[in-house]
Amino acid sequence: MREITLSQAVNEALAEEMRRDPTTFVIGEDVAEAGTPFKVLSGLVEEFGTERVIDTPIAEPGFMGMAVGAAMTGARPIVDLMFGDFIFLIMDQLCNQAAKTHYMSGGKLNVPLVLRTNLGATRRSAAQHSQSLQALVAHIPGLKVAMPSSAYEAKGLMKTAIRDNNPVVIFEDKLMYQDKAPVPEEEYLIPFGVANVKREGTDITLIATSSMVQVAEKAAEILAGEGISAEVIDPRTIVPLDEKTLLDSVRKTSRAIVIDEGHQSYGVTAEIASRLNEKAFYHLDAPVLRMGAMDVPVPFSPALEDVTVPTPDTVAANARKLCAGEMIHAA
Amino acid sequence: MSPAKTKTKTNNEDYLRMYRQMVRIRTFEDNANQLYLSAKMPGLTHMYSGEEAVAVGICEALTDDDRITSTHRGHGHCVAKGADFKQMFCELLGKEEGYCRGKGGSMHIADQSHGNLGANAIVGGSMGIATGSALRAKMLGHDDVTVCFFGDGATAQGLLYEVMNMAALWHLPVIYACENNGYSEYTRTEEIAAGSITARAEAFGIEAHKVDGQDVLAVNDLTQKLVARCRKGEGPFFIELETYRYHGHHVGDINREYYRSKDEEKDWKENRDPIVRFRSWLVDQGITTEDEIEAMNAEVAQDAADAVAYAEAAAYPDVSEVDMHVYAD
Repeated sequence: MREITLSQAVNEALAEEMRRDPTTFVIGEDVAEAGTPFKVLSGLVEEFGTERVIDTPIAEPGFMGMAVGAAMTGARPIVDLMFGDFIFLIMDQLCNQAAKTHYMSGGKLNVPLVLRTNLGATRRSAAQHSQSLQALVAHIPGLKVAMPSSAYEAKGLMKTAIRDNNPVVIFEDKLMYQDKAPVPEEEYLIPFGVANVKREGTDITLIATSSMVQVAEKAAEILAGEGISAEVIDPRTIVPLDEKTLLDSVRKTSRAIVIDEGHQSYGVTAEIASRLNEKAFYHLDAPVLRMGAMDVPVPFSPALEDVTVPTPDTVAANARKLCAGEMIHAA
Repeated sequence: MSPAKTKTKTNNEDYLRMYRQMVRIRTFEDNANQLYLSAKMPGLTHMYSGEEAVAVGICEALTDDDRITSTHRGHGHCVAKGADFKQMFCELLGKEEGYCRGKGGSMHIADQSHGNLGANAIVGGSMGIATGSALRAKMLGHDDVTVCFFGDGATAQGLLYEVMNMAALWHLPVIYACENNGYSEYTRTEEIAAGSITARAEAFGIEAHKVDGQDVLAVNDLTQKLVARCRKGEGPFFIELETYRYHGHHVGDINREYYRSKDEEKDWKENRDPIVRFRSWLVDQGITTEDEIEAMNAEVAQDAADAVAYAEAAAYPDVSEVDMHVYAD
């Protein structure tokens, strides 16, 4: 199978869906000729024109709000938010307007829009361009949240998101844009709420999202060399969440670590760990462990930044302790 | 009393419908206020009484395909855009047959069948939505126009300036209708708004108008012209409508002399009431008679009473609906 980058995968998904549905359009800062700072959208404006690949002023609440209005009246906007950190700027339009409109209208108004944005530290971009804020939006009923972990997921989840009749937030790992993965030439969609078992194992389950899936897979390699069999599961969407696949795995392995690049406190890892504790308690041989980003603003200095996020070594070390029956006190 | 300045609508039926719609709003609000005062209505609500000529003058210049976005003070917009009393009162009382199946209430009432995209409880919260609706119309080649209602208080929100900038850059078919009722919640507008409100729109190159919001014909005449120009691609436009809210910020805002005088309220009600003015004009012009007006008023009052009784007796949604409509299929 051919291999393409995550960036190319997103671009293909958008182009295919924009060809398929004339009500779709892309809106955001420097999305047209510039193709975004990460060049993910290069070429789209040449095919679809500036009417459907719309460069906006630097006004995130403004274009987010306009996307909500366009979605409510029959279009399917794909909003490009240059950095995930800018979600704080659009919270009212995303969480008070987009997320609630269908419910508040008693099901009469739909908001079929996609918010594309990103996450991920270790790019030396400091505290306002490095956050992983998926927990914030996953907290709000009415929003769906997808977290692709490779080019394959990025394309399949994006196509599903564009066809969904709800507001969907997609977090792409900005460090993964140039990473290649096998992506079929023929069309495919990845349904929401279906986790992917990336690697089967029997001793411990590593549940990881987005950027952390690679980390978990590398940790599993390390552990395999030591005779510990780790299962790696990528939920792919955290809203909706495929609880069954996660629970089935944990009931089998009896141990789990949940890994996500958002801050650990009150985060995605806490939510998933809590559900496992509630629903698989009697199958567990050890407390479910959370591994998120440290509860500090992301520092600039590489020496500091690198210790704020889980790594294959830290995941493997914790897995080793859990499997040895050592008690671990979460940070 | 100054007669209405313009008479673009030459059909007497149109005049009488405008009058009736204004009376329907006032009557709806009087009933809603009573429901609140008698503790039959959950929560709180914001009365549109006094501002009827704004909603009716504008909405009578629109078709069902044209969209509006509304505000927390939104009953008037909803009625003027064509909503039905029964479904509105049901919504205010949280009943299943309400426009939003009781999930929205007074502050989120929406009626998409008539193009009302909904009231919004965030001040200025719908400015992006209205402008996005206009963007959609232009992009998909539709000829509908969107009117964004908001108050003077909302002019302090930054979102307005972000979306006016884009609407002007892209010539979107949207009309920003600023209902300046003199008060930003409990504060005089002159204390929160520096400079001129229309000049802010003009700074983006948007043609802005100031109109007497108590004169339904003046409002309607201006809006008809601007809507027609929007359909030709000449939008956006901005209208500041000088008006007045008879009640407080919300129904519970009773003692308000610390921010505005009773004399001022009396002056607006006695000398500038939009319904009284229009009624006099209709009779003076020989379009109708006092008797016909009284009969129309009585008919509207009966409609409202029937709708209130219907809503009071109507069923609440089944509790199983609580997690319905979080996500669309």
